[in-house]
Amino acid sequence: MKAKFVEEKVFKVFMIAAMLMVFAFVISIIWKIVEKGWGAMSWDMITKLPGGGFYIGKEGGFLNAIVGSLYIVGASTLLGLMISIPVVFYLNVYLKRNSKLGYVARLAYDVLFGIPSIVYGAFGFTIMIYFGLRTSLLGGIIVVTLLIIPIFIRSMDEVARQFPRDILEAAYSLGATRLETIKVVLRQIAPGIATATLLSIGRAIGDAAGVMFTAGYTDSIPTSLSQPAATLPLAVFFQMSSPVREVQERAYAAALVLTLIVLVLSLGGRFITNRFSKNKIK
Amino acid sequence: MFFLTIATLLLVFVMGIGLYLKSAPIFEEHSLRELLFSSNWKPLRNEFGFLPFLMGTLWVTGLAILIALPISLLTAVYLTEYARPVVRKYVFPALDILAGLPSVIYGVWGTLLIVPVISEWLAPRFVEFSAGYTVLAGGIVLGVMILPLLVSLFIELFTSVPDELRDASTSLGATKWQTSKFVLLRKTFPGILAAVVLAISRAFGETIAVLMVCGNLPQVPGSVFDACYPLPALIANNYGEMLSLPNYEAALMFAALILFTVVLLFNLISRIVLYRIEKTFR
Repeated sequence: MKAKFVEEKVFKVFMIAAMLMVFAFVISIIWKIVEKGWGAMSWDMITKLPGGGFYIGKEGGFLNAIVGSLYIVGASTLLGLMISIPVVFYLNVYLKRNSKLGYVARLAYDVLFGIPSIVYGAFGFTIMIYFGLRTSLLGGIIVVTLLIIPIFIRSMDEVARQFPRDILEAAYSLGATRLETIKVVLRQIAPGIATATLLSIGRAIGDAAGVMFTAGYTDSIPTSLSQPAATLPLAVFFQMSSPVREVQERAYAAALVLTLIVLVLSLGGRFITNRFSKNKIK
Repeated sequence: MFFLTIATLLLVFVMGIGLYLKSAPIFEEHSLRELLFSSNWKPLRNEFGFLPFLMGTLWVTGLAILIALPISLLTAVYLTEYARPVVRKYVFPALDILAGLPSVIYGVWGTLLIVPVISEWLAPRFVEFSAGYTVLAGGIVLGVMILPLLVSLFIELFTSVPDELRDASTSLGATKWQTSKFVLLRKTFPGILAAVVLAISRAFGETIAVLMVCGNLPQVPGSVFDACYPLPALIANNYGEMLSLPNYEAALMFAALILFTVVLLFNLISRIVLYRIEKTFR
């Protein structure tokens, strides 16, 4: 056999091995989390607040972290949508195809997307000190909003860019103003908005470094924006670093909850892109 | 809408300036050279040498790239050149999951699986003792974390190469691997570099996962079995309690500024290269 065919075979084996490794990583991560988390999981974990001796292994759960995460993620996703939909609309309808501003803006969002969340956290914290805020739900919401805006904008923009110009022209010819075309545009990029939202929720819920200084941590459920809020990733992180075994077990349970949420989101995202894009006019 | 676009854009600048202003006090007493190249880290005595943290970050990041690059390159070539659509249908969701998992989950996985494997099985073969919380653990965990990013960037690059080039190469008698090697990889080489730079900057800022597996000892690591203390972990670990010491806050802000600057530059360069490639093939 010629050398090139041998090489072909060898590299094909390498490639398949590399791909199997990717699968192995995914399976090993999920397996470890499920295996450890399932044993520690109980109804109390997700329905109760931490009790008196929670951090030395006594009763209680991490409902505070679940609710805190939901508050932060919910609020920042809404805010993020409200900010990024107009931006995407502006980039794609108002600006010309090769506009300089469009180029710079997309570049900036890509860069912002790459900035580590710890930098957002540190930056957010200094801003909060500047305005005299303490660690609070509000601070967490603001930082997470800033963190997910670039993801929102860029992933919606990817879809909106493929938006056929003819549809816009058709709308104009019926007498629509540029602003009125938003109805058409939104309907057309709806699946894109859905996936972008799921992506952002996934990032928002998993972020720990950003909320660490800004949202703080607490054992109760916040009742106002100025109170600190616990979040799931931080619950995992803090309980994991405890020397008490029972507390560590709870970290695994919290990790399981977090993983399940993220899994549902990411599989749901794929489902939505596959399912809802068929109604689109190509 | 215009204002929203500009405001979100300006976030990059506001962040840079804010971090610079906050870290400014440290420049008054220490020269940049001393900060970057001294390994004396004694905040109590007003000595801030960032070398151990910088080296820690570099080691971990370098190792992560070393692990992730071959796997992701081979996977991407396989998926674009060889795989049937059925294979892609299973691999893409797996990559989605990897990309979506929060870093704290990677941290838990690292502590539960990678760290024990290193301390009990791998390290004893090379060194006398290792707790497992090492550069190697950090590198492996980070490597897996940046895999999905690299694979998706590579796939985008490879699919942008026109089929005519492949046909030309195959018609000259080249095997598929030869085509991949001489046409695909060569044609997209700048893009591959850009993708790697992007992945480096992602790994650079990763916080919680490395915080959990790297050991966090402020020393310049001598081998992959030494503990290390990457820059983001430093910020995360010390942020809450630093306000009492003079210059400590400024030092941590300087750490955030280093992260910001490096990530910003790397992102800018690689994104511009990637945009340009996208354009030439379209």
